[in-house]
Amino acid sequence: MPGRSPLHLAVALDGAGWHPAAWREADARPRELFSGRYWTDLVGEAERGLLDFVTIEDSLGPQSTLLDGHDDRVDQVRGRLDAVLIAARVAPRTSRIGLVPSAVVTHTEPFHLSKAVATVDHVSLGRAGFRPVVSARSSDARHFGRRDVPVLEGVDPTDPLLVDLFEEAADHVEVVRRLWDSWEDDAEIRDTATGRFVDREKLHRIDFEGRWFSVRGPSITPRPPQGQPVVSVLAHAGPAYRLAVRAADVVHVTPFETADVHRILAEVAGVSHVFGELVVFLDDVPGAAASRKERLDSLAGQDFTSDALVFTGTAGELADLLLGWREAGLTGYRLRPGAVPHDLEAITRALVPELQRRGAFRTEYEAGTLRGLLGLPRPANRYAPA
Amino acid sequence: MTKPRKQVHLAVHFPGVNNTTVWSDPRSGSHIDFSSFEHLAKTAERAKFDFLFLAEGLRLREYAGRIHDLDVVGRPDTFTVLAALAAVTDRLGLAGTINSTFNEPYEVARQFATLDHLSDGRAAWNVVTSWDAFTGENFRRGGFLPADQRYERAERFMRTAWELFDSWNGVEVLADRESGRFVSDPAAGAFTHHDDHFAIEGRFAVPTSPQGRPVIFQAGDSDGGREFAAATADAIFSRHGEFTAGQAFYADVKGRLARYGREHEDLLVLPAATFVLGDTDAEAQDLAAEVRRQQTSGPTAIRLLEEVWNRDLSGYDPDGPLPDVDPVAGENTVVKGRASVRQHRDPFAVARQWRELAEAKGLSIRDLAIHVSGEQTFIGSPATVAETINRAVQEDASDGVILVPHITPGGLDEFADKVVPLLQERGVFRTEYEGTTLRSHLGLRP
Repeated sequence: MPGRSPLHLAVALDGAGWHPAAWREADARPRELFSGRYWTDLVGEAERGLLDFVTIEDSLGPQSTLLDGHDDRVDQVRGRLDAVLIAARVAPRTSRIGLVPSAVVTHTEPFHLSKAVATVDHVSLGRAGFRPVVSARSSDARHFGRRDVPVLEGVDPTDPLLVDLFEEAADHVEVVRRLWDSWEDDAEIRDTATGRFVDREKLHRIDFEGRWFSVRGPSITPRPPQGQPVVSVLAHAGPAYRLAVRAADVVHVTPFETADVHRILAEVAGVSHVFGELVVFLDDVPGAAASRKERLDSLAGQDFTSDALVFTGTAGELADLLLGWREAGLTGYRLRPGAVPHDLEAITRALVPELQRRGAFRTEYEAGTLRGLLGLPRPANRYAPA
Repeated sequence: MTKPRKQVHLAVHFPGVNNTTVWSDPRSGSHIDFSSFEHLAKTAERAKFDFLFLAEGLRLREYAGRIHDLDVVGRPDTFTVLAALAAVTDRLGLAGTINSTFNEPYEVARQFATLDHLSDGRAAWNVVTSWDAFTGENFRRGGFLPADQRYERAERFMRTAWELFDSWNGVEVLADRESGRFVSDPAAGAFTHHDDHFAIEGRFAVPTSPQGRPVIFQAGDSDGGREFAAATADAIFSRHGEFTAGQAFYADVKGRLARYGREHEDLLVLPAATFVLGDTDAEAQDLAAEVRRQQTSGPTAIRLLEEVWNRDLSGYDPDGPLPDVDPVAGENTVVKGRASVRQHRDPFAVARQWRELAEAKGLSIRDLAIHVSGEQTFIGSPATVAETINRAVQEDASDGVILVPHITPGGLDEFADKVVPLLQERGVFRTEYEGTTLRSHLGLRP
């Protein structure tokens, strides 16, 4: 009964929040965005709210309002840290919440990413995942200088270049996953009688050969505690839906109304979790969140819109919406706080208690790993004899 | 008037995937669990060490076409472990080995700048290079780089990364709520770099980190490698831990600095060193002999000989005499994926010499392997080891030492408890950290 199971909640962390003027709020900490303590504080707050996981945004270049290239703006947050390393920095300071950094898979090496996420999983004792991100921007490609990419003029999901980038991303995730399995769990034997540290029959080449790269393996890093850390994909259209179906445990989707939920669910059938994606501005007093967003819009000089639904209202109103779409088949949500810390704390201190009162959210962490929180079993190793 | 005493710099190398590391000892813990890294880092920080050092290898070592299984196998990701260690330490420098062949400058610069931010200025980069197609099989480009271009690529790679680290220079993160200006310059991070290895341009994503650039280490030992270090590095991870060889190396590399307008203090020489402590020198010698026996098991001894003989010797008894057959001539095809394969230029001469030695001293294969592997760098009581290290520093054989314990993760505990206080008593090692950055610990200019 999908309608009855408790909701899963994640929060998407990015700079000072998702509104471009959020950094100007009085309670924002814009000078600390590049520090370990800032991220530790935010994830700690999410953990106090018993959320399933946080995601951390990333990109290969500074933020830009343009589809491609740099916008030269000085009135918004520019600059960011590597998200996988932020997750690693936060891991020893948290104990239960999942850590799902974004990682660009277009110009990067699956071998490096696989061992990095495996290591976040080792450091966090089983709380890691990652969100593969495709970069179609020619400005990002020029940071690497390894391939010619035309300037991105628009987002057409049937564009063969875009379709290829998502196919490449699927190959990338496939290699990452095979490398996680390239060590069987009990490969380290420390057999003093024979002098052998590992049983090499339990270390496996992955021998991946694809259109874009070949990777031999095995990984240099033993299988992570979860076996397979969680892979989540944000998807708005065909190629990304196909990537999610092929590679993801969680897909983040962007419905604007209930009819969208039904349509999207048909596209991503087979993915374990389908999370709705919303930008949220939350206040206790009816109307206050909308006024706050208007104030931020005027600071920014334009109305804030997003690829996802922008919600303004009270925690109770948001709970109504979330539970309504749960009835339609979503299993959880990734909420993007409009401004941090305000909207993050509204999620953890107002929305979560509201959902708990309605019996729709956990009252304590029920598992020690992220897969456990998501109700996903620890998978068998694809290379181990059955 | 006495000459001012040089200060000793101390660092610790997380035990590596070679037979220096003893995994068979009951005290030997995990090489993967974060708790092991945390233990070693906290021990080093408690003892006011300059930094912790991680090596790296990007393909598991192979032996005769199969994964080498006699030493510790596997390790976590360098950057990720260091970022996590930044959460459980406050002052300790965090040094990582990162390959310049199977990475791109933009990504590596982004990761080191991030690490430097997340550690409040404690990051260091040991720049290494490899060229082999064997390692390349794990990466997009395969074995793309000719062997003779690897140092050139490393040099271009590092200079490119420097441009990226410097690309936010002069740009302030204002975060000024009133004026609404987050950064001071619309072109923050702009860079253009074109050389024969890298043609890149755009915007670097990370604002200037606390140290500006991570501290740069190099390990090259060839003439070209030394010159590269003299031109660009902040510290050399040297192989010359022995006193006389250390003095010669020290004089050589320091002598190259003036050519690049650099001062004597701008480049530190830090040799790697193993150590065994005992209550007395005699006890330490006994313990050291035991450790060497643990490090060289029978199967490990056979493999050491196979590297010279270039043939399968698995039928021989490690406790018996050396093989009476001769080595196989030709390229050594047995060992792959090692950072430094021992160079046996004339295997026939080596085999003959080893047989003569074994016969003269009555050594078995294993005895011989232990004998030729050499002793630990420092063996003795805490007082002896403290004085040996101090003498090497005061007499310009080094600026300190990078210690390589043979037990994970507790192998530094005794050194921290017994040797460090003696160095502190002599006034040659800090009793408290003075600054917060690694550059400050090492006495390097900001």
